[in-house]
Amino acid sequence: MDKNIFKTPIIKGNPITVLVLGICSALAVTVKLEPALVMAIAVTIVTGLSSFLVSLIRKTIPNRIRIIVQLVVVAMFVILVQQILKAYAYDVSKQLSVYVGLIITNCIIMGRIEAFGLSEKPLPSLVDGLANGLGYGLVLVIVAFFRELFGSGTLFGMQVIPQSFYDAGYMNNGLFIMPPMALILIGCLIWIQRSFTKEDTK
Amino acid sequence: MESLNLFVKSIFVDNMIFAYFLGMCSFLAVSKNVKTSAGLGIAVIFVLGITLPINYLLNKYLLTPGALAWVSPSLADVDLSFLSFIIFIAVIASFVQLVEMIVEKFSPSLYSSLGIFLPLIAVNCAILGASLFMQQRAFPTLGQATVYGLGSGVGWFLAIVSIAAIREKITYSNVPKPLQGLGITFIVAGLMAIAFMSFMGIEL
Repeated sequence: MDKNIFKTPIIKGNPITVLVLGICSALAVTVKLEPALVMAIAVTIVTGLSSFLVSLIRKTIPNRIRIIVQLVVVAMFVILVQQILKAYAYDVSKQLSVYVGLIITNCIIMGRIEAFGLSEKPLPSLVDGLANGLGYGLVLVIVAFFRELFGSGTLFGMQVIPQSFYDAGYMNNGLFIMPPMALILIGCLIWIQRSFTKEDTK
Repeated sequence: MESLNLFVKSIFVDNMIFAYFLGMCSFLAVSKNVKTSAGLGIAVIFVLGITLPINYLLNKYLLTPGALAWVSPSLADVDLSFLSFIIFIAVIASFVQLVEMIVEKFSPSLYSSLGIFLPLIAVNCAILGASLFMQQRAFPTLGQATVYGLGSGVGWFLAIVSIAAIREKITYSNVPKPLQGLGITFIVAGLMAIAFMSFMGIEL
């Protein structure tokens, strides 16, 4: 199997910074590292499995109603994930609230199914889906890291910035917790990545 | 009065894009010029205004715990809420497909201007997101749910049209090369979101 199927989506063809897919949830769940990590895992699993399943049944799907079929497949996996989260990680599932459901409309999943799952064999589709999920997760974790570090002074809920800093007058930057900062951080990530790759992608 | 309050709030304070980041993908992909983004915005208002009441009724009479009591009292302890994702998305996707077919048949001119965006709407997070928020907030009446849907749609429309206008102008500016296109759009959207935050706490 071609190694590039796995390698490309992680940095060079990253779904968020290069293809601009799946932004919605990327921004909303990145206030803290923990929900971001859970979200990343959930999306990776759903992307991989739904790509795999659609690819298995790709020859039987009529073209005209394929969007509905794909959505139902994705929704099934998302319900599974939601039920598992509710059972084993209730606090996180409360924090993620509607964004678990919104994995269904995460463009990465639909985009990968349309672009890859519908035309390729099941196994490469699974790998492609997983790799795209990982690429998405990577950006999520980077953004969440900065937002939690500067916004609340913690990582995974643990105090990182020492108390003596606060005593000396250091303050958490409230703007990092606000939604707009997520947009600006991703903008900066794209800036950094593009200045390294030098590719003209508009 | 309460409905008006809800309407204004869902446009400005709970703006789908700037407060919840819903519908971001098409917001970034289809905002290169004002005319097409206005078309997409109108389609979103329309779909939201119709799918939200449908989903509200489904949620009330089918999905919430104990909702099936109207069929027969023996079903009073049935809880179907785990099915809500699949039902909501099925309603949205089939409705979008239906609208597409109707528009194609009766108004070809509207279809050619909107056509490509309609299928996109099925996977627009703003639509599903509004339904899920509606479920979470448990609006007391059908009217309020509809108002919320329309308000969110109008908010989305405003956001996409204004960012499209900014992007049209920004092509004449001297932006650092790696930041051009996508990067600067993110940062502009971030600044707009900060501006929208000033509406926080509005009450009518």
